[in-house]
Amino acid sequence: MSSDTLAKTSAAPDIPEQADSLRIVPQRRLGQWTAAVAVLVLLGLAVTSVVRNKAFQWGVVGDYFTSDSVLRGLWLTLWLTAVVMVLGFALGTLLAAARLSANPVLRSVSWGYVWLFRSIPILVQLLLWFNIGALYPELLGVKTVNLFTPIAVAIIGLTLHEAAYAAEVVRGGILSVDRGQIEAAQALGLSRWRRWWRIVLPQAMRSIVPPAGNMLIGTLKGTSIISVIAVQDLLFSVQLVYHRTYQVIPLLMVATLWYTVVTSVLGLGQYYVEKHYARGSERTR
Amino acid sequence: MTVMVDIRSVHKSFGPLEVLKGIDLAVRTGEVTVILGPSGSGKSTLLRTINHLEKVDRGRISVDGSLVGYRRSGDKLYELREREILRQRTRIGFVFQNFNLFPHLTVLDNIVEAPVSALKRPRKDAVEAARALLDRVGLADKADAYPKQLSGGQQQRVAIARALALEPKLLLFDEPTSALDPELVGEVLDVIKDLAHQGTTMIVVTHEIGFAREVADTVVFMDDGRIVEQGAPGDVLDRPRHERTRSFLSKVL
Ligand SMILES: Nc1ncnc2c1ncn2[C@@H]1O[C@H](COP(=O)(O)OP(=O)(O)O)[C@@H](O)[C@H]1O
Ligand SMILES: [Mg+2]
Repeated sequence: MSSDTLAKTSAAPDIPEQADSLRIVPQRRLGQWTAAVAVLVLLGLAVTSVVRNKAFQWGVVGDYFTSDSVLRGLWLTLWLTAVVMVLGFALGTLLAAARLSANPVLRSVSWGYVWLFRSIPILVQLLLWFNIGALYPELLGVKTVNLFTPIAVAIIGLTLHEAAYAAEVVRGGILSVDRGQIEAAQALGLSRWRRWWRIVLPQAMRSIVPPAGNMLIGTLKGTSIISVIAVQDLLFSVQLVYHRTYQVIPLLMVATLWYTVVTSVLGLGQYYVEKHYARGSERTR
Repeated sequence: MTVMVDIRSVHKSFGPLEVLKGIDLAVRTGEVTVILGPSGSGKSTLLRTINHLEKVDRGRISVDGSLVGYRRSGDKLYELREREILRQRTRIGFVFQNFNLFPHLTVLDNIVEAPVSALKRPRKDAVEAARALLDRVGLADKADAYPKQLSGGQQQRVAIARALALEPKLLLFDEPTSALDPELVGEVLDVIKDLAHQGTTMIVVTHEIGFAREVADTVVFMDDGRIVEQGAPGDVLDRPRHERTRSFLSKVL
């Protein structure tokens, strides 16, 4: 660097008097613009091809979208998801409490449960429960096949599976609560129950809700796996129709659209639940 | 004067580490005891044994005439049931270094929680009392704020109000100003001084020597799990008899 330029750069930059009135021109982000345009063009092409491709038979989609059998399937999918989530999280919370307890037997059993049910693919588990009659032809004097109806198998299998994941989610949430919170509650003489419901759980919910929301949406779509054991959920209902009419694509579109609608509603619900449990946290100030 | 806290040869270990090596201490009703000592000397552990947040291995502690955490029968001490321990704790207020306010509850709900759920007071009465307490610590306008919206000094004053809401016979402070920015220390010490002047019995662990000199009836110096010396602030702070006290004071003053 010559002494000339050195002198120039080390000298005070020549800022005019009215420095505060200078306009700031942000950097031009050409790359970003090109990428955005390219993506929009591709998206546009995809959408027009979907809309204009006759094979989608949007008319047929409209015919079946609110047909009785589809709505019955949707209803089953919805209540099954709700039952599995509630039972799964209830069992999962117990498992998490057992895992965090001082009792080594409870801790090991909880650990073993989570290990086992996370290891077995849900499809395998459903088929095992479905065929449990081969192992135990009778339970408590009742024929096993009468006890383990397809819908009972669906509830049992999905709940046991869900609980293993819920246990880890709840445990993570509880561990995220500062130990000082429990001590403060103890020092104030709050009962064990009160400490749990009023102090620990509401704070744990902040880290439980986002993964639980994920699990809820996963379960909603995951229930479609029970069509393999002939439970008439949303997917199975549209399959019944297209096996008869061969309108495979439009009926799969019916199912796809419904899953999308419900998932969107759930996502919106999650937003409000998260807002509720963020009360008092710095980020919402 | 009657004795409020009576600690007799208390021992406590965490695994192989002996943290309290035989502590004897008596605190008289209406008096302020300040505990000084280097970090790790067992001050917090001692304070926590007084409300049974920590169990002692040997020795015993009584508060206001009743054994803490145990029931004596013959020559045995039986650990009390959770419910009875909780009831004992409602008579002892504890203020933590990190405030430990409940972040998801408003200031008012933080204070009202224990009187309503532990003492079964009607909520209306508890709210009224809580507002009076907030007024007393100078935060009457913060009832509906959440803890994170307050400064550290304000949070600690709420924590003090929360402890007072149980109308405890004894207040324990574990370094109540150590987590505060220097300019906020004064407002918290002022509240504690106020309580001292009104005759509240308390034990305060702190490094604030000026506060000890002004408020303490007794100053206790702890080191390595033992009480090295105790006495009037004028004696312990100005004419310490032990070398360890002297070297500690020279570091904090
Ligand atoms: N729950 C615990 N488990 C193991 N060690 C602990 C526990 N609590 C405190 N200690 C140890 O006991 C010693 C005394 O701690 P503490 O009473 O907090 O001292 P101080 O409050 O005087 O700084 C320290 O060495 C600390 O690491
Ligand atoms: Mg300490």
